[in-house]
Amino acid sequence: MNAISQDVTAMTDSSAATAESRAAKFMKRRNRIRFYEILVWIAAIAAIFVAPTKLLILTEIAILALFAVSLDLVLGFAGIVSLGHAAFFGLGAYIAGLMALHFIAEPVVGLIAAGLVSGVLGFLTSFLILRGSDLTRLMTTLGIALMMAEVANQMAWLTGGADGLGGFTVGPILGTFEFDLFGRNGYIYCLVVLFLVTMIARRLAFSPFGLSLKAIKGNPMRAGMVGVPARRRIVAVYSLAAVFAGMAGALLTQTTSFVSPDVLAFHRSADLLMVLVIGGTGYLYGGIFGAIIFTLLKDWLSVVTPQYWMFWIGLILVAMVLTGRDRLARWIEFLPDRFSRKEAGR
Amino acid sequence: MLTILFDGIAYGMLLFILACGLTITLGLMNFINLAHGAFAMAGGYITVVMMNRYGISFYWCLPAAFLLTAAIGAILERTLYRWLYQASHLDQVLFSVGIVFMSVAAADYFMGGQQQLINLPPELSGRMEILGVGIGRYRLFTIVVCAVLVVLLQLILSRTRFGSRLRAAVDDRRVAMGLGINVSFVFALTFAFGSGLAGLGGAMGAEILGLDPNFPLKFMIYFLIVVSVGGTSTISGPFLAAMLLGIADVAGKYYVPAIGPFVIYALMIVMLIIRPSGLFARGAGR
Amino acid sequence: MMRGMLLGAASLVMALAGTLPAAAQEVVKIGLILPMTGPFASTGRQVSAGAKTFMEMKGDTVAGKKVELIIRDDAGVADQTRRIAQELVVNESVQVLAGGGLTPLAMAVAPVATQAKVPMVVTSAGTAAITKASEFITRTSGTLPQYSLPVGTWAAQNGIKKVVTLVSDYGPGLDAEKWFTKEFTSKGGEVSEAVRVPLQNPDFAPFLQRVRDAKPDAVFVFLPSGVGSLFMKQFADRGLAEAGIKLIATGDVTDDDILNSMGKPALGTITGHFYATAHDSPENKAYVEAFEKANNGMRPNFMSVGGYDSMALIYAALEKTKGDASGPGFMEAVKGLSWTSPRGPVSIDPETRDIIQNIYMREVKEVDGELHNVEFETFAALKDPEKAEAK
Repeated sequence: MNAISQDVTAMTDSSAATAESRAAKFMKRRNRIRFYEILVWIAAIAAIFVAPTKLLILTEIAILALFAVSLDLVLGFAGIVSLGHAAFFGLGAYIAGLMALHFIAEPVVGLIAAGLVSGVLGFLTSFLILRGSDLTRLMTTLGIALMMAEVANQMAWLTGGADGLGGFTVGPILGTFEFDLFGRNGYIYCLVVLFLVTMIARRLAFSPFGLSLKAIKGNPMRAGMVGVPARRRIVAVYSLAAVFAGMAGALLTQTTSFVSPDVLAFHRSADLLMVLVIGGTGYLYGGIFGAIIFTLLKDWLSVVTPQYWMFWIGLILVAMVLTGRDRLARWIEFLPDRFSRKEAGR
Repeated sequence: MLTILFDGIAYGMLLFILACGLTITLGLMNFINLAHGAFAMAGGYITVVMMNRYGISFYWCLPAAFLLTAAIGAILERTLYRWLYQASHLDQVLFSVGIVFMSVAAADYFMGGQQQLINLPPELSGRMEILGVGIGRYRLFTIVVCAVLVVLLQLILSRTRFGSRLRAAVDDRRVAMGLGINVSFVFALTFAFGSGLAGLGGAMGAEILGLDPNFPLKFMIYFLIVVSVGGTSTISGPFLAAMLLGIADVAGKYYVPAIGPFVIYALMIVMLIIRPSGLFARGAGR
Repeated sequence: MMRGMLLGAASLVMALAGTLPAAAQEVVKIGLILPMTGPFASTGRQVSAGAKTFMEMKGDTVAGKKVELIIRDDAGVADQTRRIAQELVVNESVQVLAGGGLTPLAMAVAPVATQAKVPMVVTSAGTAAITKASEFITRTSGTLPQYSLPVGTWAAQNGIKKVVTLVSDYGPGLDAEKWFTKEFTSKGGEVSEAVRVPLQNPDFAPFLQRVRDAKPDAVFVFLPSGVGSLFMKQFADRGLAEAGIKLIATGDVTDDDILNSMGKPALGTITGHFYATAHDSPENKAYVEAFEKANNGMRPNFMSVGGYDSMALIYAALEKTKGDASGPGFMEAVKGLSWTSPRGPVSIDPETRDIIQNIYMREVKEVDGELHNVEFETFAALKDPEKAEAK
């Protein structure tokens, strides 16, 4: 409302107000729901009825997508390259498993607990990534993840060590919806969580907060000069991303009712980076598209050539970078632009 | 006690040989080449094939591993890598991870998934006692090779014409070109040299570290630790870092085995917090 | 606009849907899920080759049904294993699952087996507790306690007094350490030190130095197979043998697949395990010949025989149920089954569904210019000691 009224009087108002109204307009435009977003969610819901045999892989995609959305907040918005995001994912997975084993089998409680604990770890470690170059951050995050993996292996009395944590059953969701063998309820559960988290992340990313993050990504020093508290913003977004990553880990535990030590493995962080880059960074849905493409591709390749699928994934990566990742990732932007022009006459 | 120190030094030296090629591409050419381990693996496999299939002496395998890997590096540089010098770090990371994946699958296809082993010439295996300190012969050999390498590298980079051309090309590409330096040739040669060093490291490391198709993934982390702790602007930085990590790792595992696996990671994080751009950062670092 | 959206959504969904499974009547489908890529790829390769060799030798029909083997790669990642298992059961109507290259991979499938009432044959993983995870799990490999314990017995009987144990610091390693120590000390031996090596460990120097400094009569070792060979070289290099320290180990260390390339340092190593390529029996001769012919000269190791026997078990059980592969009936048939495997006589314990088999003590020797594990002593028909003790 406010924005619109300002819009009308913008011409005659003082220059400050004009700037404000332009800012409001800009924010509104950024915040507009795009065509492809609706498409994604409709397709995701329709899949329950149309593709009942593919729900398990869709569940995996939803979890990976959630994990990727979490990394996108850090990488795409704040510009922090992390090779250790699995630390939070794994912690969340273990917390959810331990909750189910010792305290309460109901998954939503476990999900929230996992998110909170991971968030605390994210907050504590965020201070380590404030300084340094890309390479330094890469290595610090990687180091943290590797140490977490080693801790999980050493504390076998708690985590089951290399054998993994099993022997628990995850109760029905909210006490009513049982996890079935076809993965239907599991999928719906993951989808709901993914939707909620994406909406929260979206709200945040396209707010002034998100803009200030992009400013930090662009040039931290300049961002500081125009009054953006860079350090505090980074700590906040990193902790939040950790919460989401922990939730993704919890979902994995709850849909598989098992925690294997490889939830903390290096390849998870590396795959994740790949997923995000395939889908494109900095607009949140990149994680979702990337997860869909990456998982289906990998599944298809590993059926066609169980031993050598890695070669083809590698080839695709190389080809992608050589043809220009940006060009490829922007394919999705063409769609909404065309539609949005029609609607809003931008 | 001294034996542990000796082992630590040898291990550190080995890490250095493996990682110093990466220091060159990363530090001098500013290219994050995670596929460095793939070149090391190539060197290792070249040695294994030459020794086990053709019975060529280990001493000939080392230079051969260096030259052949350098040739592979040069070819890849000319065809693929050179398009990415100006690309973002993220692109470079992805590109080189792609190369790693391809090399892992290719090695699996051609050589099989099992551990490859080589048999050293008798004068390099076993150990001897000097003043009560047990010294592994092969480890001593590693130390000698590494020491020669460090001196050579330092001399090449700081004293030769090529070294100064390279540094000029890195500092300002355009000005260097304006001065008549063939920048793309200098880069290609440097990249080949860095890859060759990796190949040499792989050949030397096959004995101690083992060799299987997952080599590039398994040891990528160690290279990166050395380079990031040591900083990328000098040769001596990574050298000292490799020594420090080698000794700390070996000593940590000997004296406090319970926390052994954490030592190297914890050390890295602490170092990175204290000196984010490496042990001996020159100026602001890049 | 609206229509376009719906069309788009529909086409996306169609793309995801893929093909629906075809109903199969006279076919028994077996889903073999293994790590074919990643650090444990050699396990997958050996097991799948073993299973295929069985089918080549014995044909693909049993009790009037055609057997179809579906091999999938899980890259050694547990949640992948679980998803693939679930998909195979739900979409491909697979009736028997097999695989489990590592303990967590087998554990992750256990809930699926229970929920879907599908039998699961573990071909490789060696932690004792796996068969307890589900009523529908049986095993054709062996457990670590099962083949670490006899090594302790043998050591105590052969004049070894003081031992240092050196194991990989994870579940199976700790199992091996525990059962060896237990048996060895109860027979009067002394374990002076227990060294644990982290899984991600490139250099054995500090650990070997510890062993050397402790001056034991022997060192008992368990390490996963690839790492084991590296250890062997460094063991020799450090002159532990000259210092009078014997090397005794589980058979993983002298894995037949790579034993020959280990060279001289491996000679004389004493190991205990359930299968050696050099095992002397007509069944094994036929097996080794067929295996090497089909796999370009690759030697079958203990993993492959786990794969081979998983198929032997499934065939025998189907024979007994007259081709009925439904879970409860199949598992009833499995209990108490016995057959002659390339490794010798084996049977399935009716109570624990775990394998009962001979454990052989072997020494690495040169046979016809190649290194082999040569058996010299047999501990007959051993059960898994952990579950035997729990009773």
